[in-house]
Amino acid sequence: MTQVAILPDPLAEVAPPRGRSGGAAWAIWLARRLGLAVLTLWLVSVLVFLATAALGDPVRAILGRDYNTNVGRREQLEAQLGVGDSIVTRYVDWLSGLLTGDFGTSLANQQPVWQQISDTVVNTLVLVLLAALVMIPLAFGIAMISAHYRRRRPDTVIQVVLLALAGVPEFVTGILFVALFSTSVFHIFPAVTIDSPGGKPWDTPKGMVLPVATLVVAVTPYVSRIVRATLLEVLDSDYVELARLKGIPESVVMRKHALLNAIVPGIQVIALQLAWLAGGVVLVETLFAYPGVGRQLVDSVRNHDVPMVQALSMIIAGVYIVVNLVADILSILLTPRARTAISS
Amino acid sequence: MSTTASPPSTPSFFQRARKQKRFMFGFTVTLLVMAFALFAPFVAPYGEKETAGPPYAKDGLFGTDYVGQDVLSRLMHGGVGVLVISVLATAVGMVLGILIGVVAAYGGGWWDEVIMRLNDVLLAFPQILLALVVLTAVRNPAAWVIIALIGLSHAPRVARVARGVALGIVSRDFVVAAEALGEKRSRVIVAEVLPNMIGPLLAEAGLRLTYSIGIVAALGFLGFAADPGAANWGQMMNENRLGLATQPWAVLAPVLMIAIFTIGTNLMADGLAQLSQRGDD
Repeated sequence: MTQVAILPDPLAEVAPPRGRSGGAAWAIWLARRLGLAVLTLWLVSVLVFLATAALGDPVRAILGRDYNTNVGRREQLEAQLGVGDSIVTRYVDWLSGLLTGDFGTSLANQQPVWQQISDTVVNTLVLVLLAALVMIPLAFGIAMISAHYRRRRPDTVIQVVLLALAGVPEFVTGILFVALFSTSVFHIFPAVTIDSPGGKPWDTPKGMVLPVATLVVAVTPYVSRIVRATLLEVLDSDYVELARLKGIPESVVMRKHALLNAIVPGIQVIALQLAWLAGGVVLVETLFAYPGVGRQLVDSVRNHDVPMVQALSMIIAGVYIVVNLVADILSILLTPRARTAISS
Repeated sequence: MSTTASPPSTPSFFQRARKQKRFMFGFTVTLLVMAFALFAPFVAPYGEKETAGPPYAKDGLFGTDYVGQDVLSRLMHGGVGVLVISVLATAVGMVLGILIGVVAAYGGGWWDEVIMRLNDVLLAFPQILLALVVLTAVRNPAAWVIIALIGLSHAPRVARVARGVALGIVSRDFVVAAEALGEKRSRVIVAEVLPNMIGPLLAEAGLRLTYSIGIVAALGFLGFAADPGAANWGQMMNENRLGLATQPWAVLAPVLMIAIFTIGTNLMADGLAQLSQRGDD
């Protein structure tokens, strides 16, 4: 189980402060964790800026062969990107813009970036939330069935299928779904999202089915495998054995003793997968022409639209950091062992 | 599935690997796909960019694609690129990641803290995003750029695993003994620490190869490629997507190859992971 090995341990972050009361220790822990998140976000912004503005020459990439002939357009683009200034000045300008909510102007259509992004962010959030709502009960259900039949035939079959699915890239599953359900075999669902101006993609619920299903298939295997591993660990433990010996029915043992203990690792792996979805939507949205952040990012990269790419990647990385932060706080709150480690 | 019931110390790692069904199955599939990718170009009925007939015709096993190239031949030519780039990117990512992880674990203290914090920054980028961000400012990226980008996006993830494994080794007696004998730090790492990490690192390499294939295919699918006309499983999906209803094989053939390839490498990686942990589930 390689996936288990890379799960971060929230306790590793905790240095139990000695000689303070519970509340103060909590505040210190929280402040430290928040500080780390802010520091990470700042370093991310440096990295995003350097990667987009300093590594290549976006103006040359946009103009291509016209670079030498179309001098007017070149100078206009260079002025907009501030190519003449030093990299530090440009970074500080950009960062102060970000902090005051000014995301700059798109190079491709000269519209403010924020105006174009705000709708797509909502669209993507809806897509990811729908996928999560389907994925969480499904993953826990599969894990419980698998743990119930542990190390027997049904468990083995489920595990091999999950493992096989876990490796397949999400857009490959997506294309197979499109071929199966909309073009070649059945004709049930539309192959692309219908994106009417002014309307929302979920106005036609049928169009949402395949994108959501693709995301669900992409993340369920990981969550399910880790929850199963945790369930098995708990089911083998002494206190579950004792509960069984006392004559408690197996279904109650599973629900009360095993499942509750699997929730914390569950939350962490769900958070990791939600954070992964922030990047996973890039391909799925492009495949289904879903009007979200991911497709917009791919379009902007194709157009070499530097300000758009910078804003979108900051949003995606920001979501990742926030999701991880929330997961860490939740798993500390839900683990009695960790709570006492902090406040005692 | 305790296929490795033998006592832990007697047979070597590779002897035990041969007895593990999941690993052997994944390994065989991986080898078959690799052999196909490497040797099929020599027996392909048409050349890589050769027109075989009208677009979307039914000639040949899989028909022709959107400009009339033979799909089977394109499929046979399109594996090498994906294979070579994925393997090299995995190698770059593994070397960088192991280096970072082992130095952090062996250095300890302040080094460890700083290195792992910087690692967290890189981890905040989904892998495909890191590649896309850099490709914004580059037109028609060369193969080495793609290899470097994918390798770089693997490195922080490998580093975290490598650090975890190395932490369990650097405090063991034989490492302390080597240090006490006055060995150089670099020599202790190469001769004492690394050989004891091979099992988990092989498993990680298998997993990274799986993801590399996915990202290489994804970049082709999104249309970011060095040579837009070349046969490449990822690009084939992109080129023929609009014709999915008329000529499904032009898309489905490369899609299935990628799916089989990744299933093979992932089963292989998981088999290796089980072996290195000597666990039984």
